[in-house]
Amino acid sequence: MSDLDRLSLHVPEPAVRPGGQPDFSNVKIPKAGSVPRPDVDVAPEEMRDLAYSIIRVLNRDGEAVGPWAGLLSDDELLSGLRHMMLLRAFDARMVMAQRQGKTSFYMQHLGEEAVSCAFRKALVKGDMNFPTYRQAGLLIADGYPMVEMMNQIFSNESDPLRGRQLPIMYSSKEHGFFTISGNLATQYVQAVGWAMASAIKRDTKIAAAWIGDGSTAESDFHSALVFASTYKAPVILNIVNNQWAISTFQGIARGGSGTFAARGLGFGIPALRVDGNDYLAVYAVAKWAAERARRNLGPTLIEYVTYRVGAHSTSDDPSAYRPKTESEAWPLGDPVLRLKKHLILRGAWSEERHAQAEAEIVDEVIQAQKQAEGHGTLHAGGKPSVRDIFEGVYAEMPPHIRRQRQKAGY
Amino acid sequence: MARMTMIEAVRSAMDVSMERDDNVVVFGEDVGYFGGVFRCTQGLQAKYGKTRCFDAPISESGIVGTAIGMAAYGLKPCVEIQFADYMYPAYDQITQEAARIRYRSNGDFTCPIVLRMPTGGGIFGGQTHSQSPEALFTHVCGLKVVVPSNPYDAKGLLIASIEDPDPVMFLEPKRLYNGPFDGHHDRPVIPWSKHDLGEVPEGHYTVPIGKAEVRRQGSAVTVVAYGTMVHVALAAAEETGIDAEVIDLRSLLPLDLDTIVKSVEKTGRCVVVHEATLTSGFGGEVASLVQEHCFYHLEAPVVRVAGWDTPYPHAQEWDYFPGPARVRRALVEVMEA
Repeated sequence: MSDLDRLSLHVPEPAVRPGGQPDFSNVKIPKAGSVPRPDVDVAPEEMRDLAYSIIRVLNRDGEAVGPWAGLLSDDELLSGLRHMMLLRAFDARMVMAQRQGKTSFYMQHLGEEAVSCAFRKALVKGDMNFPTYRQAGLLIADGYPMVEMMNQIFSNESDPLRGRQLPIMYSSKEHGFFTISGNLATQYVQAVGWAMASAIKRDTKIAAAWIGDGSTAESDFHSALVFASTYKAPVILNIVNNQWAISTFQGIARGGSGTFAARGLGFGIPALRVDGNDYLAVYAVAKWAAERARRNLGPTLIEYVTYRVGAHSTSDDPSAYRPKTESEAWPLGDPVLRLKKHLILRGAWSEERHAQAEAEIVDEVIQAQKQAEGHGTLHAGGKPSVRDIFEGVYAEMPPHIRRQRQKAGY
Repeated sequence: MARMTMIEAVRSAMDVSMERDDNVVVFGEDVGYFGGVFRCTQGLQAKYGKTRCFDAPISESGIVGTAIGMAAYGLKPCVEIQFADYMYPAYDQITQEAARIRYRSNGDFTCPIVLRMPTGGGIFGGQTHSQSPEALFTHVCGLKVVVPSNPYDAKGLLIASIEDPDPVMFLEPKRLYNGPFDGHHDRPVIPWSKHDLGEVPEGHYTVPIGKAEVRRQGSAVTVVAYGTMVHVALAAAEETGIDAEVIDLRSLLPLDLDTIVKSVEKTGRCVVVHEATLTSGFGGEVASLVQEHCFYHLEAPVVRVAGWDTPYPHAQEWDYFPGPARVRRALVEVMEA
C-alpha cells in the first residue's frame, strides 16, 4: 500500500471560464450526412455508435445531405422557419416585458428553437409531451394562441391557470402539453407512465418526455429509463443538452459517460445523438423515434446537442461563469439562419422575404401582446381573483379550505 | 356478507373496482404474479391479466411517477408501496406532483391515484418497516389521507378512494391485517372472524372519505384515534372503567372536525392517540383544533399519547408502541386534571 499515492477527488471543469478564449475543440462534429440511418426495428446493440456521433442533415453550405435528409417539403420547411422566428420574436418581447415589470420571470429559447419546433411536427394530435420550461416551441408549432401564453405569463384576469403558476409553466391538454411543474425531472417518468397507459389501453398515441442535460442526474431520469426499458413503453425520451445547467457545465451531470445519449445503452434503449440546431435533423430523428414507438417497438432516447445562447432565465447572468462570446464560437451555428440559408438555396425563400417575414412576425407578436395586456399584467389591470387561491386544490372544496377562504374574505 | 380479514377486504375492494372499471390498474413491488408481500393483490393478475396487475421495478419514485402519468392519460392507478417506510423516494412525486396537478393546471389535468401502503408497527419490523408517516401527508394540500381500522371500513374506504377524483394516501395498519390488535401483545391473537367489523359485503359499497365514526359512546372524555390505536383506546377505556367516547377518525384529511367538536363539547376532555412520533404529529393538529373550537368546554388540557420521538426500535418494540397502559395513564391523568 505504501507505494500508492494518496487519493484525490476529480471535479470536472469546463474548458474555458470568463476572460478566456471560447473553445469547443472538444466537441467532435461529424460531417453532415455521414451518420447512417438504421431501420426502426434494428436491434439497439447494432446501432450503439449513434449514441456517440451527431446526426446532421444541413451542411455548411446549407444543403440537406445524407440518409436522414429529404423528409420535408418546401411548405413544411417554411412553416418550420416561421415557427422558430415566431418563438424568437415572442421570447424577445417577453424578456423585454419582464424588464418592464409586466411579469416576474421569463425563460427564453434563444439558439434552441429548432428542438421543440421541429419535434412537434413529428407528433400527431392526441400524443402527449411532458415538457420542461424550454419547449414552448411545442405550443407555437401546434398553433396554441400566443395571447393565451401571454395571459399566463402576465398572470392576468384571463390567465388559463388563474395566477397560480410561475410564468411560462403552461398547460394544455388539447395541444398535447402536460402541465409544467417547475421542479426537475419528475415529468420524465410521468411521460413513461402516460405511454404505458396508452399501451395498456391498446391505443395508438405516444408520449414524449423532455429533460435538460443537468437534470439527467436526478433519480427520476433513471427511474424513467428503467420503466421505459422494462415495459417497452411507446415514449420518446428527449434530452436537450444545451451545455449549461444555470452556471453548471454539462460535464458535472454527464460524468464519465462520454455522451448523454449513451445513458440509454445500458438500458437497451436505442439512443440517437443529433444536431439540435438543425431543423431537418431534429425532425428526422423525431420521426424515426415516433415511428418506433407507434410500431410498438418501444422507447428511443435522443440527445439534442445545442447551445443555450441566452441566460438560464431572467434571474441569471451568464457572464459570471462563461465567456461572453462563447455562443458565437458554438460550432453548430444558429438554427434560424441555417434553415433560412437552406430554404434560399432551395429557391423557396429570399433575404427580402425573410426581412419582410421578420417584420410581420414582430408585428403579430406585438398585436398579441396588446391584446393580452388589455387583460392586465402582473402588477397592473385585471387579475385573477383571491378566490382562485382556494379553488381547485381538490375537485370538491373540503370544509377546512372553505373556512380559510371565508377568513380571507372571499 | 362474508367474513374477511383486512387483507381480504382490501383485495376485495380492488377486485370489485377492477371488475367495474377497466381503467383501474394495480401495480407495485411484488404485487403481480406473487400477489404482494402481504398478499393483498393475490389472484388479481390471474383474473385481470398482466397489463392490469403487474410487478414494478424497485423504484418508488418510478411507481408513483408512472402512476401520475397514467392518471393524466385517464387511468385510475391503485398502486402499492410495499411499506409506508419506502415512500420517501417518491415524496417529491407525491407532494409536488400528484398533490398539485389539478391546482397548477387549473383542472386541465387531474391525478386520481391511490397509494396503498402498510403502516405502523407491532410486527417487529424495526425502524424501516414500522413507521407511521401520515403527518407527512396531512401537511400536503391536495392529498387525501385515509387510515382504516377494520375490514369493513378498509374495503368501503378503498373503493371510495379509487373512485375519488384526487390523490389518496391509503395507509393500512399492518398489525390489523389479520385481527383487531388492542396492544396486548402477550395475549392470543383474535382473528377478524370473531369481530363484528370483520363482516364485509362481497359486492360494491363505499365508506365516505372525511367521515369519522364513534366506536364507543361515552360522556367523560373523548379519545381521538385512528388505525391500530382505535382498538388500543377501546381496550384502555374498558380497563379503566372510565366512560370514554372513542372516535375513529378513518380520514385524517379531510378531517371530520364536526364529530370531534360535538364529542368534546359533551365530554369536556380530550385525549389524542397515535402511533407516530409525538412532535409535529397529527395529534398536535387535533389538539390545536380542539382548543380553537372547544376552549370554553374544556375541563382539562388536551393530552397526547404517541410514539416516542425516537426511531422505531426493534427489540424494544413494546416499550415504544403506545399500548393500553400508556393510554390508561393518559385517561386517568385527564380525568384527574
